[in-house]
Amino acid sequence: MPLLEVHNLKKHYGAHKAVDDISFSIERGSIFGLLGPNGAGKTTLLRMITGIFYPDGGQITFDGRPFKAEDDILHIGYMPEERGLYKKMKIGEQAVYLAQLKGLSKAEALDKVKTWFEKFEMQSWWNKKVEDLSKGMGQKLQFVTTVLHEPKLIILDEPFSGLDPVNANLIKEEIYNLAKRGCTVIFSTHRMEQVEEICDQIILVNKGQKILDGTVHGVKQEYKKNQFKVLTEEGINLPASAQFQLVQQNGHEYTIQLATGTSTNAVLEELIRNQVPVLGFTEILPSLNDIFIRLVEGTHATTRAFQAAS
Amino acid sequence: MNKTFIIIKREFLSRVQKKTFLLSTILLPILIFGLYGLIIYFSVKGEEDIRVAIVDSKGVLENKIQSDKTLSFTFLKQADTAQLQKDLVDKKYSGYILLPDSISRRDSLQYHTRNNVGLMTQGKIESRINKALEKSSLQTLLAPGVTLEQVETNKTKVDLKISKSDGKTGNAGFATALGFICGFLIYLVLFIYGSMVMRGVMEEKTNRIAEVMVSSVKPYQLMIGKIVGIGAVGLLQFLIWGVLMLSLQLLIPVLFPQVMEQAGAAQAAVDQAGAAKSSMVTTIMNNLQSVNMFMIVGLFIIYFLGGYLLYSSLFAAVGSAVNEDPQDAQQLMLPITMPIIFAFVIMTQAINNPDGGLAIFGSLFPLTSPIVMMARIPYGVPAWELILSIALLIGGFLGTTWLAAKIYRTGILMYGKKVTWKELWKWARM
Repeated sequence: MPLLEVHNLKKHYGAHKAVDDISFSIERGSIFGLLGPNGAGKTTLLRMITGIFYPDGGQITFDGRPFKAEDDILHIGYMPEERGLYKKMKIGEQAVYLAQLKGLSKAEALDKVKTWFEKFEMQSWWNKKVEDLSKGMGQKLQFVTTVLHEPKLIILDEPFSGLDPVNANLIKEEIYNLAKRGCTVIFSTHRMEQVEEICDQIILVNKGQKILDGTVHGVKQEYKKNQFKVLTEEGINLPASAQFQLVQQNGHEYTIQLATGTSTNAVLEELIRNQVPVLGFTEILPSLNDIFIRLVEGTHATTRAFQAAS
Repeated sequence: MNKTFIIIKREFLSRVQKKTFLLSTILLPILIFGLYGLIIYFSVKGEEDIRVAIVDSKGVLENKIQSDKTLSFTFLKQADTAQLQKDLVDKKYSGYILLPDSISRRDSLQYHTRNNVGLMTQGKIESRINKALEKSSLQTLLAPGVTLEQVETNKTKVDLKISKSDGKTGNAGFATALGFICGFLIYLVLFIYGSMVMRGVMEEKTNRIAEVMVSSVKPYQLMIGKIVGIGAVGLLQFLIWGVLMLSLQLLIPVLFPQVMEQAGAAQAAVDQAGAAKSSMVTTIMNNLQSVNMFMIVGLFIIYFLGGYLLYSSLFAAVGSAVNEDPQDAQQLMLPITMPIIFAFVIMTQAINNPDGGLAIFGSLFPLTSPIVMMARIPYGVPAWELILSIALLIGGFLGTTWLAAKIYRTGILMYGKKVTWKELWKWARM
């Protein structure tokens, strides 16, 4: 049973359709990538899932039951893109306060905060104020406050922005760990290389609509162009053939486009027959970045004029 | 634990534990009273005891002038200037005055001294001499057999009390003062704590924590938590100020017995003549009994809370709508501050004419009633007006809170746009 199912979700602002009939479902324990250009409606979508906005139409099913913001937000951890903490509040107190608002008792909250602070080596910060922290430290604290109450669903909006590689790795490890322990993670971003690395499933949203849905592997298969890379020895030219077309030559590395209906084995056979020494033969899969750009540009609107996010 | 309560607790504690709270709540009144104390101290103790020699060959003033420890007079029959100068050097006298044989009302006298003479000392010596001269010249006016004491006895000080047909009594001057103070306090409360709420909301918005918060609690809970938390800070502050004022007021006579002595001496002079006790203190005490202090304090708290809740939710709505620019806040605040200022203007009218049409309207209309009604209460207000006014006030704050909550819900997540009142109205109807 999926943890979260979204059916025909809609949110309109006057004539402007921020989220227009989006459906998807997320399996328990998976890491889900929500992709889309700026202003695509990602934040509005996430705000409906976190109970901040009421949808104008459609249903959300959380953990097998219709979503009820009041109870269900206790099981959701949301880290918005615009990070925020009380600047004048001490870090330890603040983490405990936010955990209490997620329904933890004071003792529980204190206990959890201590565990996480130890894990991230933040114990010595306890009495510091947020305004005294560097941006990266603030990010770490924000992440801790998001996952502290062991939510079933963690929603992270651009979690790595502003983090150095060491801390980004630390957080990435924690995301994997949480997923292993059964947490479901929604990961909203427009940084494709992270998505390829982390996500099990992705959807791509543009202009309020879903334009792509699937696993990273599946999507790549779906959008591959049947191109291959052939590596030969120097000074060897590929023979002309009906089975493939030469797309690009880079020294002794060739990119070829297979004709429709041609199998890789047939191409290899022909190359061998022509005495071409094949050192390498690999399929070129499109990067998510390419797919993203192709799909979004295809809609003739890379980014819409800025609309207020709400 | 209830989430709203957790928020209230944080809002309250985070303000009460701040240094500025301690500073403004405890240190400030102590500082003010300390300053008063210093002034009193120096005016009472700072000077040396003054010994004045008066050369009064005719005995015009002898036995008529009042002498005490801090200011004493010695009378000499003969003027020996050289000897007097020597006495000044020896500090036998602080100064001397040569009294001419005859002295009229407008004459001036020379006070010879080696030291500087403070304004207070000069005034004291002057008034003592004037009183003595007055006594001696008054005596000559009186018919034989009539003493000055008898004249004193017949001086009157009538305190005018108003007795209305409904059986209530009161003193217009006192009611005016009490009403004005109460109304003015509420006026200050609305501004100080209202803008504190607004700043709190703005802080949440500019720190971008609002979105994190509303993913845990409802915006309404967040707003109410802030309003109630800051309201509690206000009540605590008033409580501390009240206790401090009372205890310091009680401390002053203990620290500076001379002040009371002087006041007592002045009263004794009156009492001695057998006049009725009518010092200012007793006047106030009498009047306090006539206005029912419990009712005033009770109503003050009701209007304090009602007015605060009504306006602070509006301030919260404005705080949620503005971006970083404080100038936007100024502009949006205007429609809220106007009624408060307007209420203050009505109040000054109501003090002079407590039963006028404007005063009655102002004390019923929920946006002005917290201030205007406080000014009318010491004069006595019919029960039905009070009940109606409080009912309207409760209705008013429920209404503004409901309206503000809707604006707040949209506003705290809205960035980048400069918001107008028209837009706020649109949010409220959403």
